[in-house]
Amino acid sequence: MDNNCKNEGRRDFLKKSTAIAVLTAATPILLKAAENDETIAAYFEKVPLELEINGQLHKLSVEPRVTLLDLLREQLGLTGTKKGCDHGQCGCCTVHVDGKRINSCLSLAVTNHGKKITTIEGLAKGEELHPMQQAFMKHDGFQCGYCTPGQIMSAIGCIREGHADTAENVREYMSGNICRCGAYPNIVDAIMEVKKGGKPV
Amino acid sequence: MINFEYTRVSSAKAAVSTKAKHAASQFIAGGTNLVDLMKKGVTAPQRLIDINALPLKDISNDAKGLTIGALVPNSVAAENNLVTEKYPLLAMALNAGASAQLRNMATTGGNIMQRTRCPYFYDITMPCNKRQPQSGCGAMEGYNRMHAIFGASEKCIAVHPSDMCVALAALNATVHVSGAKGEKKISFVDFHRLPGDTPQLDNNLQTGELITAVHIPSNRFNKSYYLKVRDRLSYAFALVSVAVALEVSDGVIKSASIAMGGVAHKPWRLTVVEKFLIGKTISQQVFTEAAEIAMEGAKTYTHNAYKIALSKAAIVEALTKATS
Repeated sequence: MDNNCKNEGRRDFLKKSTAIAVLTAATPILLKAAENDETIAAYFEKVPLELEINGQLHKLSVEPRVTLLDLLREQLGLTGTKKGCDHGQCGCCTVHVDGKRINSCLSLAVTNHGKKITTIEGLAKGEELHPMQQAFMKHDGFQCGYCTPGQIMSAIGCIREGHADTAENVREYMSGNICRCGAYPNIVDAIMEVKKGGKPV
Repeated sequence: MINFEYTRVSSAKAAVSTKAKHAASQFIAGGTNLVDLMKKGVTAPQRLIDINALPLKDISNDAKGLTIGALVPNSVAAENNLVTEKYPLLAMALNAGASAQLRNMATTGGNIMQRTRCPYFYDITMPCNKRQPQSGCGAMEGYNRMHAIFGASEKCIAVHPSDMCVALAALNATVHVSGAKGEKKISFVDFHRLPGDTPQLDNNLQTGELITAVHIPSNRFNKSYYLKVRDRLSYAFALVSVAVALEVSDGVIKSASIAMGGVAHKPWRLTVVEKFLIGKTISQQVFTEAAEIAMEGAKTYTHNAYKIALSKAAIVEALTKATS
């Protein structure tokens, strides 16, 4: 085994395997336009899908059974969004669709045609972190960090929706994000600080 | 997940005609329950018909009442001014359900169509008459802590998991449906079924029919409350829940509508209690009597006998909160 391979992290492996998948995925798109503006795909046929992800338009081709989460992670290499329970119970996979937080594990990619997706990778402006990212660092809003991308995406949604006025409200409206390490008090502090800071999120 | 055919449609007419052409197909909107069921192998539709582009996303109000389109997300309905002002019971119930993320995805129609969260229904290695008719019921002799105390059968003791539906049952809502034979309206209390011998049927929708809207008639209820009791403070299914809507004048109850969640295969209206309350002056004693009456006829299993005492306390608490 050569050194390069030995030092290769899981993240690099995923990204390289994504590139391989893109090469092998050059199967023809079999799509029929039917009456009533219907889009129809038979078994194993891929559906053309347009998504704006973190400000960039992607013209994709996906099987109908692929979730938005798996599309982001495995087809686009955006591994910041985590797969926790894969059943909508933990909130790790939270992303924004047209500005609203959702569980990407329970959303079929094809049902998001034409939508704008924001993932954790889309928050920072260059080297400048989003205020919520900065607040999570300042308040130590994590330990292992696995739930953190989902927590941050959800926290932004919580403020946007107007549910971050009190700590009690933050706890209620952040209940869809589980932290096994138990960093909840610090997460609440981070969110309250960003809310009080008044910067647009 | 087993692969499936996929059709995206843009009108109710196309949705219904596509469904008519493909028997083993299902509509998908938010997908929060259906995608999960497909991942678990509980259901494997041959085709999904994506109805997200249908124009069923409006909330409108007139003298007759409020109409909520089938594709209105639960979070939008919960925050809508018409809902919070005129039907606060519905807003409370919606906000008690699921998580903020799921409420952004889940739709009004989808919430009505969601399936039980009975663990024996979800575990495909277990017998379940709802998932696989005639295979038996794992819950009957199993861990049935979450299960029904009213209206169950020898075939199924599962409960309906929705909070929204409990409020809609109390508010005498109507489900608007579109099908191959045209439009029809189904009274909310008649929409979901008791399990009987056919627990595989959750509701009375006929094959190919599509929910287009829910209508809530205007009412004279001036006191309401939705109380949900669960294992944790937020983001859990109800052990029991109570939706109370009362018309109170000078401390006297003029009319009452009460439904419970977590106790039956469908939202459970307490019709006997409603009649008992009419004309009564508000008092803790009246509420306690109402709770006793409500539990008449309840049948418990090995692990859910606690629901009797819990339900009584919840009914008293919900009536107290509504009227205080």
